[in-house]
Amino acid sequence: MAADKVDPIHQFQIHPIIPLHIGGYDVSFTNSALFMVVTVIVASAFLYMSTASRALIPGRLQSVSEMAYEFVGNMLRDAAGKQGMQFFPLVFSLFMFVLVANLIGLFPYFFTVTSHIIVTFTLAALVIGTVLVYGFAKHGFGFLKLFVPHGVPGYLLPLVVAIEIISFVSRPVSLSVRLFANMLAGHITLKVFSGFVVSLSALGAVGIAGSVLPLAMAVALTALELLVAFLQAYVFAVLTCMYLNDALHPSH
Amino acid sequence: MFVTSAFAQETAPAAAEGETHAGTTVPAEEHGTFPPFNAETFPSQILWLVITFGLFYLFLKRVVMPRVGGIIDVRNDRITQDLDHAARLKGEADAAVAAYEQELAEAKANANKIGQQANDAAKSEAESTRKKLEAELEKKLGEAEASIASIKAKAMKEVGTIAEDTTSAIVEALVGGKTDKAEISAAVKSASR
Repeated sequence: MAADKVDPIHQFQIHPIIPLHIGGYDVSFTNSALFMVVTVIVASAFLYMSTASRALIPGRLQSVSEMAYEFVGNMLRDAAGKQGMQFFPLVFSLFMFVLVANLIGLFPYFFTVTSHIIVTFTLAALVIGTVLVYGFAKHGFGFLKLFVPHGVPGYLLPLVVAIEIISFVSRPVSLSVRLFANMLAGHITLKVFSGFVVSLSALGAVGIAGSVLPLAMAVALTALELLVAFLQAYVFAVLTCMYLNDALHPSH
Repeated sequence: MFVTSAFAQETAPAAAEGETHAGTTVPAEEHGTFPPFNAETFPSQILWLVITFGLFYLFLKRVVMPRVGGIIDVRNDRITQDLDHAARLKGEADAAVAAYEQELAEAKANANKIGQQANDAAKSEAESTRKKLEAELEKKLGEAEASIASIKAKAMKEVGTIAEDTTSAIVEALVGGKTDKAEISAAVKSASR
């Protein structure tokens, strides 16, 4: 039991709440799905209720919603120009979803949706899929100019094109792994330090005195994780904006 | 016990990763696979992510973003409107100042004109008064001269009579007897000539 308590991997376990099987696939409503629902409801409710009064002079909560909206809007406009604003709903919902999922994950005993590679990869695939579909729909094969930079001498071209293609293919991987790994590592570290506190306190007076240090670390790490939660949502949104810019303007 | 559990924590993810990389399909035993790499949970996670994120996207696109965008637009419009209003008021104030200054200049010019007029009027009045006085004095001088002349003439005439009287008296006293008046008068006249 004691070993189970400090097992830092236990928090990532997925267990079904409502078992469900469709076409041979296990699509049970799990704790992960539950926290996806919680994330969506919390984010939606916050955005909806904080702006309900439509105040000309915003209150604190309305300011937060407006700040998030304008923050993402400016980010997208800076990266992809005015044309990029057609993707504003996508980028804004990605940012809000990742941010709220990260923040909710910080609560003890709560599941962190973004700590699973499949979730972050699906979101990254959505971004890259949008880039590919929009890029080919808008520019046709002209979209392939993305892989052929200007002003490269002919004999270097095969090499450069190969590098460009590899970098493009690795985008969904880097985008998803960055978020996933940050969340995973942060939560494991938090759990390990919190586990030290519990284990040390069990050793008596000396242990309790010694547990002050990991406790302080856990507090500091929680603050750091709060920053990371925001930062990773920001990074995810910024990179999405930059990739969308490629879809809009392939010839760079 | 503490050391071993911590050691187990550190080795557990590495071991789990090694297993999945090796491609072994470990059954979903709770502590067997590293949970994020347990492919058995993938379909469920993808499905529920698509459902929840899809609904979230639609809700934001249809409800939240038009609302927040609307709030911000209304505010920006209001700010522009207020700035315009302020600019208009400033223009009005400037116009009022200009009008005031113009009126002030006009009033000054008016005052100058009135002062000038008064000055001129006073001058001309003084001039006319002076002329009238001069004319009066002239007339009085003329009258005085005339009266002096008449008095002189009268006196001169009387001088003749006195001379005649004196002559006759002197003649009477010297010669005696009556003197011819006409003779004396002629003699006086010739003498006074």
